[in-house]
Amino acid sequence: MKYTKEHEWLRVDGDLVTVGITEHAATQLGDVVFVELPEPETMVAEGDEVVVIESVKAASDILAPVDGEIVAVNEKLPDNPGLVNEDPLGAGWFFKMKLDDLSVLDDFMDEDEYNELIG
Amino acid sequence: MADLETTDLKRLALHDLHVSLGARMVPFAGYEMPVQYPMGVLKEHLHTRSAAGLFDVSHMGQVVLWPKAGMQSLMLGFEALMPVDVLGLQEGRQRYGLLTSATGGILDDLMFANRGDHLFVVVNAACKAEDIAHLKAHLSPVAEVMPIADRGLLALQGPDAEGALSRLLPGIETMRFMDVATRDWTGAELWISRSGYTGEDGFEISVPNAHLRRFADTLLAEPGVAPIGLGARDSLRLEAGLCLYGHDIDTTTSPIEAGLAWAIQKSRRTCGARSGGFPGAERILTELADGPDRCRVGLRPEGRAPMRDGTVLYNGDTEIGIITSGGFGPSVEAPIAMGYVPAALSASGTRLEGEVRGKRLPVTVCDLPFRPSTYKR
Repeated sequence: MKYTKEHEWLRVDGDLVTVGITEHAATQLGDVVFVELPEPETMVAEGDEVVVIESVKAASDILAPVDGEIVAVNEKLPDNPGLVNEDPLGAGWFFKMKLDDLSVLDDFMDEDEYNELIG
Repeated sequence: MADLETTDLKRLALHDLHVSLGARMVPFAGYEMPVQYPMGVLKEHLHTRSAAGLFDVSHMGQVVLWPKAGMQSLMLGFEALMPVDVLGLQEGRQRYGLLTSATGGILDDLMFANRGDHLFVVVNAACKAEDIAHLKAHLSPVAEVMPIADRGLLALQGPDAEGALSRLLPGIETMRFMDVATRDWTGAELWISRSGYTGEDGFEISVPNAHLRRFADTLLAEPGVAPIGLGARDSLRLEAGLCLYGHDIDTTTSPIEAGLAWAIQKSRRTCGARSGGFPGAERILTELADGPDRCRVGLRPEGRAPMRDGTVLYNGDTEIGIITSGGFGPSVEAPIAMGYVPAALSASGTRLEGEVRGKRLPVTVCDLPFRPSTYKR
């Protein structure tokens, strides 16, 4: 598992990367009440706003952590946005991306480095 | 997730209690305030609706107006600042009031109570310095304007509020909505009103700072009572269709535009016994007679996306209004909002559009409140 400074986690499985937000981020956001997901089969670039989430408090964006193609999205989230809070590392995942170059993942934090970031 | 800027922020007397309860503290109206506890905004909201919530609203301004020459001259003097019947307020009763400007806007909204030998006023935190200056400037011939710095203010709200408070103060259950009373609790003089700002039955209790922690701890130990933060206070008042000063009402909105004509009693209206004579009377009474150009309405976004404060409203391609409060209503389980639209588009059922992140999404005008209140009248 890899982590970004924007509090996303990336789980690598072959050339597929599943993306969600960390428990820390879910707690900070508060109860999520709305999720808008991208269309599958969309090419995205690192930093693109690909998911909109609204908590009871505010709207936030989830950015594409790397260049690649969105190949799947979590269809359960729009009807059940609370999954992001209930199980951020599991059932609350947002999308799966296909990467051309897996080496870009080396730049992200591992769990220890992320835990240090959030102190 | 910006770092908390704590410089120059005032601390509540119960700051340590909030921190020990795991509150997240945020700046609000010059204070460090608990926005939520570990339960989270959604569950805190639902808990208040199903049991009881304890809110620390000590940031609000508590002011005593002490008469210099009798209650009647004080009440008439206060009445000259508001389009509200002050003189007719009986001893032991509280009423909602509005300080208006010369142009008919709203300087602040407040609660005032007739406590027999004086009036007790509770004003919004963000407005309190200006309010106190305004009251002093206009009432000094008839009243001593005394800001109360040595008391905190707690709100206990929800269906279990009566049971919890009556175990501490037997007999309190005989109070009705907007009654006020003074009660001794183990040596602490409590100023109690049966009111609040959540749409729920409940009480607001002014407590001397020296007894505040002990009183709060005792209430929190009662079954069903949980600490509730500002986040849930905001979603509760929004569901109840209540205005937040600085958002839904301000110096540019008149009481009539804001749908607060109910706060203007007959005696102050055209042909009333003490008609007019308050700042902005010309505009306010004209709008009362002829109808305002725009009105505050309830709005229901059709999808799941909340429409927040500042969302622009469209009718076809024409920009026609703006949302002033909006979010997710945990009890109605849907996004809800309030905003201003032209009177011609204010009927319930009118379909409009709100622009969210560059997309126009359907929204329907609806009646307020979103959820009926449960006051004990």
